[in-house]
Amino acid sequence: MKRLSIAFLLGSVSSLVCAQQTKPADDMQGMSMDDMPGMSMPHQHHDMPSAPAPASSSVLPPNDHVPPPPPQHVMDAMTQHPMDDAMDMHDTGTRGMLLIDRLERTRTTGGDNATAWEGEGWWGSDIDRLWLRSEGERERNATHDAYVDLLWGHAWTTYWDGQLGLRQDIGNGPKRQWLAVGVQGLAPYWFETQATFYAGEQGRTALRLESSYDVLFTQRLILTPRIEVNLYSRNDPQRAIRAGLSEAEAGLRLRYEFSRRFAPYIGVSWTYRRIAGAPSNVLLDTAAHETTWVAGIRFWF
Amino acid sequence: MSKQDPRGLSLPRRRFVQGLTLGGIAAGFGLFRSGDVFAAAGASRAQLSGTYFELDIGELPVDFTGRKRVATVVNGQLPAPLLRWRQGDTVTIRVRNRLAVTSSIHWHGIVLPADMDGVPGLSFDGIPPGGEYVYRFTVNQAGTYWYHSHSRFQEQTGLYGPIVIEPRNERHAVQREHVILFSDWTDTDPERIFANLKKQSDYYNIGKRTAGDFLRDAGQRGLAQALGERRMWNQMRMDPTDLADVSAMTYTYLINGSTPAGNWTGLFDAGEKVRLRFINGSSMTFFDVRIPGLKMTVVAADGQPIDPVTVDEFRIATAETYDVIVEPAADRAWTIFAQSMDRSGFARATLAPRSGMVADVPALDPRPLLAMGDMMGQMQHGGMSHDMPGMAPDHGDMSHASMRGSGPEIDMRVMQPRNNLDDPGVGLRGNGRRVLSYADLHAVDAPISPRVDRELTLHLTGNMERYLWSFDGTRFSDTGPIQLRYGEHVRVVLINDTMMTHPIHLHGMWSELESPDGAFQVRKHTVVVQPAQRLAYRVSADAIGRWAYHCHLLYHMEAGMMREVVVA
Repeated sequence: MKRLSIAFLLGSVSSLVCAQQTKPADDMQGMSMDDMPGMSMPHQHHDMPSAPAPASSSVLPPNDHVPPPPPQHVMDAMTQHPMDDAMDMHDTGTRGMLLIDRLERTRTTGGDNATAWEGEGWWGSDIDRLWLRSEGERERNATHDAYVDLLWGHAWTTYWDGQLGLRQDIGNGPKRQWLAVGVQGLAPYWFETQATFYAGEQGRTALRLESSYDVLFTQRLILTPRIEVNLYSRNDPQRAIRAGLSEAEAGLRLRYEFSRRFAPYIGVSWTYRRIAGAPSNVLLDTAAHETTWVAGIRFWF
Repeated sequence: MSKQDPRGLSLPRRRFVQGLTLGGIAAGFGLFRSGDVFAAAGASRAQLSGTYFELDIGELPVDFTGRKRVATVVNGQLPAPLLRWRQGDTVTIRVRNRLAVTSSIHWHGIVLPADMDGVPGLSFDGIPPGGEYVYRFTVNQAGTYWYHSHSRFQEQTGLYGPIVIEPRNERHAVQREHVILFSDWTDTDPERIFANLKKQSDYYNIGKRTAGDFLRDAGQRGLAQALGERRMWNQMRMDPTDLADVSAMTYTYLINGSTPAGNWTGLFDAGEKVRLRFINGSSMTFFDVRIPGLKMTVVAADGQPIDPVTVDEFRIATAETYDVIVEPAADRAWTIFAQSMDRSGFARATLAPRSGMVADVPALDPRPLLAMGDMMGQMQHGGMSHDMPGMAPDHGDMSHASMRGSGPEIDMRVMQPRNNLDDPGVGLRGNGRRVLSYADLHAVDAPISPRVDRELTLHLTGNMERYLWSFDGTRFSDTGPIQLRYGEHVRVVLINDTMMTHPIHLHGMWSELESPDGAFQVRKHTVVVQPAQRLAYRVSADAIGRWAYHCHLLYHMEAGMMREVVVA
């Protein structure tokens, strides 16, 4: 279609081109925007001048512009995909990223050592992505408080992705599965934020909120306060979870970015945890505060 | 703000900023014999003239920073050889591609048939590995232009070179002239730079505000002021230090292929009039250019003659060219100093009567901050403010002045864009020097488009956080071409809804910039639109074919800030 019309024009163009060449400076005298043929005023600008000042330009000598002849070889109109290939243009292409935000050794003030991690990876376009998230802790050869989220994420707004998918609990206790729906993005004032609602078997529901913020001491030395809150609808003694506020954690981590991609850090974390006892024995419910020193690395690629 | 010293200027970064003294390709190659007028001490630059040219695109090992890398070059040179044409000649250029990937050459700013424009996918299929393409067209214009690859990131890796077209009638007789071509070299694979930006858009911003800056501001201006001003930016999730997507954290800025330490030197004899043909062949960098101690008389913009205007300093965007005339009267050296807009680094060369002479190199200016006017356009009270970075206006203003965009592609909409052209841009406002602005540019000849038949409004849009760039919130691959009727005269209105400055380049046809009151002002091939600015130019749709239209910041274009324009 496009090719046809261009080919048709090729024949008639040369005369137009000649006519065009003699035109430049002469026919512009006394022009004003009021009498422009076919001039369509824009929708959003009411401040268009009614009479531009052509006076200065009308006395200018002619320019040396010569319109080019039409192309001898016209590229066929292509659909977008072959054209992107020809251009080597991948503005809607896919890529992936893996961010290990925390990979740390922890030591409580009580002297217990553990290894903890939190990371996320994505693969996909700028708009639709497959997300993999995981968080957990490994202590004395046992994994606990650990899960993996597998989510489809869609960029809904400027700063927020909506997410939908599954969660698989791993480590100690029953390996529960949950449906997950959440948002992840950047809240006003630059808070990196995640909020995920989970619906599991037997009517269990849960909510996980996480937010962090970067305070720059220098361009490389960065302090990150971070909070995480886990809420559950039902007790789950086998996973040491109590209904309501089950766990709240606040941390401060100071990292040094040797490069943007690699930064070791040290920090401290405070955890408040409520643990359910046996199902029929609320008296065994306990609550604990814990202060933990951490040292680890953050990296991505 | 005492930010002029790029913080953390550790040894490796110093090496990026300054480069090696004998870096580049000058070390490995003998000096080419150059013509009298183009004598360039210390650097090799071949000049090709006539009407038939052979260019070979290939690879070349280079070392600008102490690390060996492979550049994409023409005839074994970086920059590519200077092509010297004559107005009215028909030139034939046989381009061979010795790369392993498809390549192309686009003649930037040259009016020519669409199949000679060199954009793979629009003009032609590209030049396949081992293949060749013969460009042939008549050169009806004169002035300073340049050429570069239009294939992926080959421009970033070295494929750019100057074009000088001698006019039939020279307006400004000079005794000597030099081409000054800026570029930004990186040791990093551009694909990796692009990926870094996609994953962390502020990856290369090494001037972010710190806790120390906050304390200093609070100490100087009071806690409430410092908090209030930050509150505005932070609430919007906008960063006033976001001046350049890619900085001297990875770039070494070159002049004619020489690092600042390499110090390219152009010779003159005292008392001569010297024409300097400035070309910004960089991929991502705006340079603020001055020659301390010398006035510069700007006589052409984008190759087109303008009414001469004398300045101390000018900003040159990617793909723009400016011709300036200087008259160094004394037997001494002068430094050509070109700092990047974000003040993370600089390019440097020397004008001297004899090679080996040097002049002082000034310190970088303090790193500027974007002003509220760069986010909101016209301020409510009292017009456009050439305002101070620290100012904290009423918070109420913001809500009507700029509104959050909707959807992931857009982070901002400017409701009341400013349309003045007399703003030299962020970092140059009120710096005590006479700085060129678009308001100073006036063509010496009549417009190609004496009238306007139709108006076309496009918003320059983006989402900095996700590193998405587009026109009207739609990326290149998500939309079709802009259709122009052959022979019509269109007023293109651009509204910059982003906080970055974009050099917008239309292939095949001139962009005839209008003054704020709608009169023709100057003819350009690359038009810089500042943050929150609205400007308009006329396009005469007199070139049949399919043309590229894009932001000339390379990573913005590759992110989708591009359209096809069809004239039929």
